[in-house]
Amino acid sequence: MGPLYPDFINPELNLLIGFLIGIGFGFLLEASGFTNTRKLAGIFYGYDATVIKVFFTAALTAMIGLFILHYLGWIDITATMPTTFWIPTLIGGAIMGLGFIIGGFCPGTSLSAAATGKIDAMAFIVGVMIGIFGFIFTFKDIWENLRNSGKLGKVDITEWIGIKEGLFIFLFTVIAVITFIGFQKWQDHWKKKLSQDDINDLGI
Amino acid sequence: MNAYIGGFLLGLLIIAAYYFSGEGLGSSGGFRDVAITTINAVSPEYAQSNAYTANRVADGANPIHTWLVYELLGVIFGAIISAAIFGRLKFKIGKAPHITNRKRLYLAVLGGILWGIGTQLGRGCTSGLVLSGMAVNSLSGYIGLATIFGFGFIFAYIFKKLWIKTKNN
Repeated sequence: MGPLYPDFINPELNLLIGFLIGIGFGFLLEASGFTNTRKLAGIFYGYDATVIKVFFTAALTAMIGLFILHYLGWIDITATMPTTFWIPTLIGGAIMGLGFIIGGFCPGTSLSAAATGKIDAMAFIVGVMIGIFGFIFTFKDIWENLRNSGKLGKVDITEWIGIKEGLFIFLFTVIAVITFIGFQKWQDHWKKKLSQDDINDLGI
Repeated sequence: MNAYIGGFLLGLLIIAAYYFSGEGLGSSGGFRDVAITTINAVSPEYAQSNAYTANRVADGANPIHTWLVYELLGVIFGAIISAAIFGRLKFKIGKAPHITNRKRLYLAVLGGILWGIGTQLGRGCTSGLVLSGMAVNSLSGYIGLATIFGFGFIFAYIFKKLWIKTKNN
């Protein structure tokens, strides 16, 4: 029964699997256009629907797949469920939201973009490292109490809301489809106003 | 690549990561491990005394040999392979056309700093916290989704000039 590590896979093989999965991850981020900062920003202005389509389709696929594997008894995901600390995640999320608009990337997309020669992504990564070092050096004075506040434990959102997992996945699917249609219409609306250069740059 | 196919394959990858390794796809955790490794190399005493880094360097553990760091190495290779196939492997600065290169790079560093802090406080980024969190129905993933994108839309409105050419700029 999964996860296969650590019972059936040794630590070295586990790292190799991480490397191979990373290759797939980097490939898909690049192939989907996530190394183009304008495409990423496009989600917030509506001129490019690519990111939301990739993101929600990935979440939905993984959600349904893991639900089936769990149902069949092939994987136990309770051990890997992250612990929710709602206060720092809420504040951190707001900081990241601002960082997204100012910086035009998130960490994963910036690494794929930097690897393929995007100089703005390299600058972004320099910033990420400065931010992390700064966080570590000021951890005790500023962040420690805040980061450990609002601990709720391993909270499954379906239990938190009080509905069955299958129903939740169904509702999320409906929301995703509505979102796809809405963002596609938004992109179509923009496309009439964009220059040919913009359309070529975005690949829409 | 078609967005829905890309998303579907990415979803399969998340399932594989959980099935084999019990890990979600992540990014900021790997950056953190690199930072801690650097600190540990410069001053092991400091790394062991700092409450944030201590447990990751305890008992001589090397924080560079983590699943996330190896995964990020893979991301670099994977992105290069894709860009080479699609003819996108070249040095350039991505930005809206009306923004100067200098301004774009300053803002990229600033945005990166915000992400560096935000990920460590919020316990993950768009991939590890949100996408992988949503995959296992974690409440934290949905809090991340709502806040990163919710505040993202608010700040996008405020800083519209950075990405959209308006009459005033």
